[in-house]
Amino acid sequence: MAFQTNNPVIRWIEYRMPIFSFVDHSVGSGYPTPKNLNYFWNFGSLAGIALVIMIVTGILLAMQYTPHVDYAFASVERIMRDVNYGWLIRYIHMNGASFFFIVVYIHIFRGLYYGSYKAPRELLWMLGLVILLLMMATAFMGYVLPWGQMSFWGATVITNLFSAIPLVGESIVTWLWGGFSVDNPTLNRFFALHYLLPFVIFGVVVLHIWALHRFGSNNPLGIDVKGPQDTIPFHPYYTVKDYFGFGVFFIIFAAVIFFAPNYMGHPDNYIEANALQTPPHIVPEWYFLPFYAMLRAVTFDIWFIDAKLGGVIAMFGSILILFLLPWLDSSPVRSSKFRPIYKQLFWVLVADCILLGYVGSQPPEAPWVLIGQLATLYYFAHFLVLLPLLGKLERPKPLPVSISEPVLKGSGPVGASATAKPMEKA
Amino acid sequence: MADIAKSASGGGGEHDGESRRDFLFLAAGAMGAVGAAAVVWPLIDSLNPAADVLALASTEVDLSPVEVGQAITVTWRGKPVFIRHRTEQEIEQARSVPLDELVDPATDESRVIEAPWLVMVGICTHLGCVPLGQKPSEPKGDFGGWFCPCHGSHYDTSGRIRKGPAPLNLVVPEYAFDDETTITIG
Repeated sequence: MAFQTNNPVIRWIEYRMPIFSFVDHSVGSGYPTPKNLNYFWNFGSLAGIALVIMIVTGILLAMQYTPHVDYAFASVERIMRDVNYGWLIRYIHMNGASFFFIVVYIHIFRGLYYGSYKAPRELLWMLGLVILLLMMATAFMGYVLPWGQMSFWGATVITNLFSAIPLVGESIVTWLWGGFSVDNPTLNRFFALHYLLPFVIFGVVVLHIWALHRFGSNNPLGIDVKGPQDTIPFHPYYTVKDYFGFGVFFIIFAAVIFFAPNYMGHPDNYIEANALQTPPHIVPEWYFLPFYAMLRAVTFDIWFIDAKLGGVIAMFGSILILFLLPWLDSSPVRSSKFRPIYKQLFWVLVADCILLGYVGSQPPEAPWVLIGQLATLYYFAHFLVLLPLLGKLERPKPLPVSISEPVLKGSGPVGASATAKPMEKA
Repeated sequence: MADIAKSASGGGGEHDGESRRDFLFLAAGAMGAVGAAAVVWPLIDSLNPAADVLALASTEVDLSPVEVGQAITVTWRGKPVFIRHRTEQEIEQARSVPLDELVDPATDESRVIEAPWLVMVGICTHLGCVPLGQKPSEPKGDFGGWFCPCHGSHYDTSGRIRKGPAPLNLVVPEYAFDDETTITIG
């Protein structure tokens, strides 16, 4: 459906730069979308609104913040006490990071459950993982800026991970710090990068959506759209559904901001950074806990790889392995609805990730070390052993002929798409 | 690209001209790559420690007020440095350990200049936390030295790693005795 208007101004602009038809094709009535999307498909737009909220509040905070070791902590306290609505803007930004990760993690697990990473959407999936890595870097550097005890010691522990790299590790850490410890040069560059990276994320989001629009959204049945009878226009059907999702999201977000703004934070970060005093128990923000658990799970040397490097490899490997997921999962069936065994393993993986998160929050003592090691082992086994085997051993349930068929019960123009049935299991 | 393809298929009479063009193409490309690297290096190196950071790289410490059995922490290059005035018993304990029991073998003699004075960077070699054990109230670990609370590394009275995830002994910085009771670190 081509974009049409009678407004002369829009027509004048459209003729010279077809931006209105571009928007219409991207999120308007010109974008046909599977008609059976459920509420789990709201989390992409929720991630988008979270990014916008973070950028807007972040720019306002940057206008009040001082990136210097002598003033950073005090400038954040000034934002909290003296700046008009500073407390609100900071609490939105602080909790916004947590909500951004909640939304993105649900978005990722949605993709895992419904097989959204499978052909032809592999590149879409990989661009999403790039966004996740950029988000983690941005969140980590943002957490350093208030220059509290957890800021400082989190930065020290995480930058020290790079010292595990053979030969050049120490030089890389000095280069990252711009000194011999986490200090003023480190704070300055983290602030610069924390301001830059969200815009890089924005750019990759554009690529992510571009790749999405090549083949359109996956859907809960995981089968391809067979024709116009399987789709509805994005606008108004999914714009209104996304707005409803925003409303629910904002209610929950506001409840935390106003009634429990520090629930997900750590009280030690309200103590100014002290290079001579490590807090008794260093924990990262909750969204890094599963990765932190994997970092600490490797307590033994593996051949020539010492325990420290092994932990770093496990932590980064846990995300890098997801880049290979479209090829590790060899089953041609996308949706878990038709994969009885994979569906159970999916929930075991969810439980495993939550368990890893809990282990990451606990001190590195018995029994948590062993539990963390087993949970890490299972995480990798899920992707490297179980999924490749399942593609061969699992017998999927029969797929419906088309998206319309279960909805229309065989009536309507479904007959036309029945000829496409043999293609489905290809 | 078309030119390269043509010369590869053997252009007869044009052969000389084509190979000269290839040479110019490669030379220009190589020059461009070297030039780009030369421009990028200052940008990368600007992130390394600056001259003012390097200028603050040495610290002088007066040891005279530190009694036997006491320990002090000083700052050097933004890091804590542990200085412990060890007791006879602690020195004996450090020197009686067989080397093959150590994770990172080093004699106690090689880690000190004057036996009573142990000077070390107070940063755990695992992931950079500050170990406990400087104050009398703090835990000293299973070997009477230091204990890192972050991931549970135990160091002995010579600052050598004995148990836990840390791979190396606490680092002994470069230092020298200026006179009997003063040292300069760095």
